[in-house]
Amino acid sequence: MEELLHILNELHPDIDFTTQEHLIDDMILDSFDIVTLIAEIGDTFDVTITADKIVPENFNSAKALYALIQEMEDEA
Amino acid sequence: MQNHILNYLYRTAARLPDKTAYADDACALTFGEVLRRTRSIGSFLHGAGVYKQPVAVFMRKSPMEITAFLGVIAGGDFYVPLDEEMPDSRIQLILENVRTPILLCDAATAEKARGFDLKGARVVLYDDIIATPADDAALDAIHRAAIDTDPIYIVFTSGSTGIPKGVAACHRSVMDYIEQLSEVLAFGEDTVFGNQAPLYFDACLKDVYSTLKFGATTWLIPQRLFSFPIALVEYLNAHKVNTICWVVSALTMVSALGTFKTVKPQYLRTVAFGSEVFPIKQFRLWREAVPGAAFTNLYGPTEGTGMCCYYRADHDFADDDVIPIGRPFANREVLLLKPDGTLAENGEEGEICIRGTAVTLGYYNDPERTAQAFVQNPLNTAYPELIYRTGDIGRRNAAGELIFVSRRDHQIKHMGHRIELGEIEANVNMVEDVSMAACVYDKARQKIVLYYVGALDERALTTALKAKLPRYMLPNRCVRMERLPLTANGKIDRVTLKNMAEAK
Repeated sequence: MEELLHILNELHPDIDFTTQEHLIDDMILDSFDIVTLIAEIGDTFDVTITADKIVPENFNSAKALYALIQEMEDEA
Repeated sequence: MQNHILNYLYRTAARLPDKTAYADDACALTFGEVLRRTRSIGSFLHGAGVYKQPVAVFMRKSPMEITAFLGVIAGGDFYVPLDEEMPDSRIQLILENVRTPILLCDAATAEKARGFDLKGARVVLYDDIIATPADDAALDAIHRAAIDTDPIYIVFTSGSTGIPKGVAACHRSVMDYIEQLSEVLAFGEDTVFGNQAPLYFDACLKDVYSTLKFGATTWLIPQRLFSFPIALVEYLNAHKVNTICWVVSALTMVSALGTFKTVKPQYLRTVAFGSEVFPIKQFRLWREAVPGAAFTNLYGPTEGTGMCCYYRADHDFADDDVIPIGRPFANREVLLLKPDGTLAENGEEGEICIRGTAVTLGYYNDPERTAQAFVQNPLNTAYPELIYRTGDIGRRNAAGELIFVSRRDHQIKHMGHRIELGEIEANVNMVEDVSMAACVYDKARQKIVLYYVGALDERALTTALKAKLPRYMLPNRCVRMERLPLTANGKIDRVTLKNMAEAK
């Protein structure tokens, strides 16, 4: 989780990602952020987030995103 | 001969009054309804005594916003699009430049609009004026009096001093562009556009005005779909979108994330892209996914009215190839000028300069910067003839096709947006407690990296910048330093900074 928060904070140092749960609905993460996140998560966690997992529910909070990463790690 | 952009609307609305012109998830407007609203808004402006003036349109992206643009033109005025995505300080700078008498808003933006120093402008609600009875006699008189060199819009582009530049374009330039573009891309009545471009840039001219000319249909794609590629492609299929003119970053988002393994566009036949280099690997994924579609690379600066050059990308490329920008559309010429004012030849590099009707009117209320970029054609000493100097360096290959080489200055293309790094630096330097700042662009990772010296930490600086810069201009990484590296003659050493950014 720490590593994920670090990636998120690099993108938006002014956002508290431990509490935010509407990253997509509140338009905090945009298209560029999503693409960057997927690349950085791929590098850091050695998982590939496939297109079918790129849905708002998985990106609205750091918690949801971390759950997705764990799910992908389990499948790998 | 056509001399008025609204003739597209008048002819199409008479022919296809009940066909959908513009639609989004919330609303769809037919050509008949677009015409009715256009004439109501024009009549309102006439009644308000606003004629031959800039009218700011500050609305959420929607079919209604397009009718506001057209209504401003019907009133004999020219529209200045503002958008919630613009930071407040930028909107304020635009208001100070254009001195509009009216700020046309919708319910979502009106309150924010009233918070600006309006410089005498009046906030008018769109919903309050679209039922204005059409004053046919007045509108017809305005239409007859119009000249095709009158402006129809001002859109703002990044300026290196921190003050954005307002590019004003006239009926004739836009009509010429739409005529030439639509011939190359084979638009027609059965064209269904999937619009990606924001309405406050000239990139949207393709969808908006080609729809009027041909009686086509444009779907305004919700912006959030550009973060969710499968939903985006499903949207294209649901609306039978057959034509997209998108920035490269929107296309690569879809292909790079592996979307085509799950879903492919079913109806696409025309894919136009531009504003930056299309990585060959991504281009190939698109060609494989949509083998029946024609792909066209487009190139052009806002000052040349939309796009200026095109290249039909109808074959595969080697991985390290660059897709050419090709040839100018008909009725415009690209001069490759060397620093001594003569033409570059035989593969020599030169500055890309544009000649013809496509050259816009200049920067609004900004004679100094206009004179720097809109200059007398050095090859013509016989009569006045302005060309636009793009600042882009290009050359022609053996086939005579134009190749983009580099920029003459610190302008970059980032996520399809044209950005002056100097504008970012100027805004950083305005933040209190920042003493020195320099921006570089890490092209390989597509990141704007800011190096600065000051008492603020990165978080506080980012927060401050969000109020000043549009989203796409925010540095992707801020690095606080004890001091910035300097060159021997005391200037900020950008080469060292760039190497640092790329080494990370």
